[in-house]
Amino acid sequence: MSFDGLRELFDTVNRNRLRTALTALSVAWGIFMLVILLAAGTGLERGVAHNFRDDAVNSIWIRPGKTSLPHAGHTPGRSVQFTNDDMAAVSRSVSGIEHITGRFYLWGEYFVSYGQEHGSFDIRGCHPDHRYLEKTLMLAGRFIDDLDIEKRRKVAVIGPEVRTALFKGKDPLGEYVKIRGVNYRVVGVFEDEGGQNELRKIYIPISTAQLVYHGADRLHHIMYTVGDASTEASERMVAETRALLARRHDFSPQDRRAVNIQNNLQEFQRIKQIFDWIRAFVWIVGIGTIFAGVVGVSNIMLISVQERTKEIGIRKAIGATPWSIVSSILQEAVLVTSAAGYSGLVAGVALVEFVSKTIPENDYVRNPEVDLRMALVATFILVACGALAGLVPAVRAARVKPVVAMREE
Amino acid sequence: MNDPPLITLDRVNKSYRMGASTLHVLKDVDLAVGRGAFVSIMGSSGSGKSTLLNVLGILDDYDSGSYTLDGTPIRELSERRAARYRNRFIGFVFQSFNLLAFKTALENVALPLYYQGVSRRERNRIAFSYLERLDIADRAEHLPSELSGGQKQRVALARALITQPKLILADEPTGALDTDTSYRLMELLREINAEGITIVVVTHEKDIAERTQRIIRLRDGRVVEDAAA
Repeated sequence: MSFDGLRELFDTVNRNRLRTALTALSVAWGIFMLVILLAAGTGLERGVAHNFRDDAVNSIWIRPGKTSLPHAGHTPGRSVQFTNDDMAAVSRSVSGIEHITGRFYLWGEYFVSYGQEHGSFDIRGCHPDHRYLEKTLMLAGRFIDDLDIEKRRKVAVIGPEVRTALFKGKDPLGEYVKIRGVNYRVVGVFEDEGGQNELRKIYIPISTAQLVYHGADRLHHIMYTVGDASTEASERMVAETRALLARRHDFSPQDRRAVNIQNNLQEFQRIKQIFDWIRAFVWIVGIGTIFAGVVGVSNIMLISVQERTKEIGIRKAIGATPWSIVSSILQEAVLVTSAAGYSGLVAGVALVEFVSKTIPENDYVRNPEVDLRMALVATFILVACGALAGLVPAVRAARVKPVVAMREE
Repeated sequence: MNDPPLITLDRVNKSYRMGASTLHVLKDVDLAVGRGAFVSIMGSSGSGKSTLLNVLGILDDYDSGSYTLDGTPIRELSERRAARYRNRFIGFVFQSFNLLAFKTALENVALPLYYQGVSRRERNRIAFSYLERLDIADRAEHLPSELSGGQKQRVALARALITQPKLILADEPTGALDTDTSYRLMELLREINAEGITIVVVTHEKDIAERTQRIIRLRDGRVVEDAAA
């Protein structure tokens, strides 16, 4: 298009400012809302993904409970107590287990000291595989290993907060910390994304914990991961585990309170499903918004052409070809919708960026962001539809005989 | 003159469909207008004079017969060609002026050249010279709403002339003007005609028609009289 044509175009756009502004507004609003919707969807999804990132999503957690059904002569209300043998049996009999660990808690916070420094921290006994279940990352040294378990070594792996509190920047590896009067050698420092609480933990070999803190062979939790098993496979493993433990502890396999088995994979899949729905919803609303924008554009183009029938007649009388009429109307539609769509896009992205930077960290929304390509495609669709919407009345107007057109007032 | 006439109509018929009935507007119209003629078409409303003008101006189609303009048969032209002929051959002057309200006098006059692809600077220069010729150059930057009827019609006339057409078609050009202004416009048309441009004026006013060289009377779609004024 020539500069002259452009000038002619701006002339017409400028002439009816209100109409142009309204068209532009409906388009800009459509794109703006779409951007916000898409960003909100992404943000929500990331928020949930964030909540899960601390623990392996493919893990199954088994906690002992109290029987609730009478079984084999036993009255309900018995407490179930896990032992090392239970874990060994689960590990042996349930197929598909990737990593397995027990947990032994030292209830309450323990007084821990190093030289003059001290603090109260949470102590957990666990197996080496525990690191896979909590997605523990090593910052320095190593995690608990099999030899630690076998030899019941008094070694400790500490969280970054423990290191800061006790060592004040000193290298903790090889140093001894005192946990309730017992010395442990620090062999590693870990990092966990699970939040503040996880960073204040101290892990010790589960065998050591059981020995030192009078645990005998008792376990508080058994946890394992299922690898890349499907939800169905993980459910089968849950059933197998429950049946096995029911046999070993003499409770009814129907008794769901005797042991509490939490299948994170299933949970994760369920939430993923919710997100599939949310995403579908976002798309439906988004398409609806775009559609509304298209309807708005068509409407205004229709009115615009109607309004200009006489002008079109005059132009045709003095030599405008039908194509020059159609193309000028189309160009106007494209110019207005693309400029408006672009501003809507920019405004939407700006708002999303602003919100993303200012909202406090929370559990629901994280890093709302727009897939720019998707937003651009949406804008393009809207512009194309706007042009198409303008095309129909434009072609009709260009076909009208100049005489007829000029007669209209 | 030995030249073939600029306009030749041979048994031209035209009817409009009005719902179920058809309105036969032009009935076997024969007409020849020579080059350089200054003709008026008279008739009461409904006589078919406007329709005839629209056919002559390639603004409207006709049903049967033949129309030849400057040796070119005008029949079932594509919209594109019709637009080109209108642009190159014919200048229009309308009763209601038909100026574009949002464009200045100068831009209105220059518009036909826009469709010929003439550059903005060039067409504005030419448009200005026509405004000067019609003695309204001082109104060049005014919008039509700021002009009097006579001024508007002179702007419209300048617009009709700017493409140097062979034919000027004027549809009741004085219909919206007072008598004095009307006479002045007819005087202008006569001057333009004197330069060799063929002019056809449609009017129902006898005194206007008498200011042309030849009067063609239409009644009920037929030519009933064709005589020198």
